[in-house]
Amino acid sequence: MKLELTAEQREARAGFRAFVAAEIAPHAGRWDREEAIPPQLIGRLREQGYLGSNVAAEHGGAGRDMIAYGLLTEEIAKGCSSVRSLLTVHDMVAHAVQRWGSREQKERYLPLLARGEILGALALSEPNAGSDAKSIETTAADAGDDWVLDGRKKWTTFGQIAGLFLVFAQMEGRAAAFLVERETPGLSVRPLKGILGTRASMLAEIELAGCRVPKASLLGRVGFGISHVAAAALEHGRYSIAWGSVGIVQACLDACRTYASERRQFGAPLADHQLIRRMLTDMIVDVRAARLLCLRAGWLRGAGDPGAFMETMAAKYFASRLAVRAANDAVQIHGANGCSEDYPVGRYLRDAKVMEIIEGSTQIQQITIPLFEFQEF
Amino acid sequence: MDQMQSKIKTFLSRFFKGHDLQPEEDIFALGFVNSLLAMQLVAFVEKEFGVTVGDEDLDLDNFRSIRAISEFVARKQGAPVEAAPA
Repeated sequence: MKLELTAEQREARAGFRAFVAAEIAPHAGRWDREEAIPPQLIGRLREQGYLGSNVAAEHGGAGRDMIAYGLLTEEIAKGCSSVRSLLTVHDMVAHAVQRWGSREQKERYLPLLARGEILGALALSEPNAGSDAKSIETTAADAGDDWVLDGRKKWTTFGQIAGLFLVFAQMEGRAAAFLVERETPGLSVRPLKGILGTRASMLAEIELAGCRVPKASLLGRVGFGISHVAAAALEHGRYSIAWGSVGIVQACLDACRTYASERRQFGAPLADHQLIRRMLTDMIVDVRAARLLCLRAGWLRGAGDPGAFMETMAAKYFASRLAVRAANDAVQIHGANGCSEDYPVGRYLRDAKVMEIIEGSTQIQQITIPLFEFQEF
Repeated sequence: MDQMQSKIKTFLSRFFKGHDLQPEEDIFALGFVNSLLAMQLVAFVEKEFGVTVGDEDLDLDNFRSIRAISEFVARKQGAPVEAAPA
């Protein structure tokens, strides 16, 4: 495992950083308040090749390596976790299609996803099914040449504007995954507002009422919807969330470094007070440790190593918990200012909490990670 | 048991502690097969034997036992890299 980035990766990161500083970070607070990101930004992400950049070159994508992909995610998350959410869910769908799509599905959807001409969204969670994904109540019925989907999906990130939904349903007790285009009759979208964090992620509830899709919409095989299709998408999502959490920790550190240097209390900058330094120390060390776990996960994912599943979970678990701690401390360091919209750290705290819940909650990781460990003995 | 089957057995044995897995034994009937094993098994087969597991290969019978997996890999190794979907 190489700890140093290549020259290409460093150059790419510099580009990501400049883009985020100019076009994302200055506006993130406003997007958070407006609970939406503007179409112009999505156009800019598209132009930069930041959407679907994990799609292989043979399918029209940039084929970005796993480390560079992680760096992109971190930099975007430093500026705005809601924009990072867009990359996460869009790329989860692209990854699932690339991993388990038929030749026809790959030819039809991957170039569109790689160019960002269609946005992907994952429709897995339901009002009564969150961590227990196998308990989804949405059904798929065989209707000759079509499948007919009925049910309700909730918390679908960027469901408000997505053009392609990866929908999971039960078919006589066996899970299956379907690619459902937005214009499909029977599919309707209701925006969800007032979310705690990543508020500009344009969440939606998706209703499927007699939603008829062609037989060729099935992604993978019936019975493998959760175990293979959702698992592949979520594994990619966890990798993105891990890096996104690193981005939040780094953003907290950057904000606190500035604030603690400029803000004076008791005749000295905050940074000179030992109890403040203690919190800064945690952030400084945490961000390095979390980034190393992400790099290791990325290296193993790039190598196709079975151990990548465990390392990605470990990185997500560690980084998301640290993001909450860092953001909590960042608000504390900022005091009353941290509780106002004049500073970004309050948003970081709300966004960080979401990271502990999505793509496998902290508690699901605590149940699952030991299972991997016991395999080794 | 040939070399390929030995490698498969070594990998699977991590999931079936204290059990001497036999080539014909149905790993699904033994339990403990969950999505963690499922995805790791796909990654293992691809990395260890240089094949691509596609959507057309999502059939439990391809992964049901050490012998089934080895026969599946042998078929894939003799097939084009990306077989046409069924």
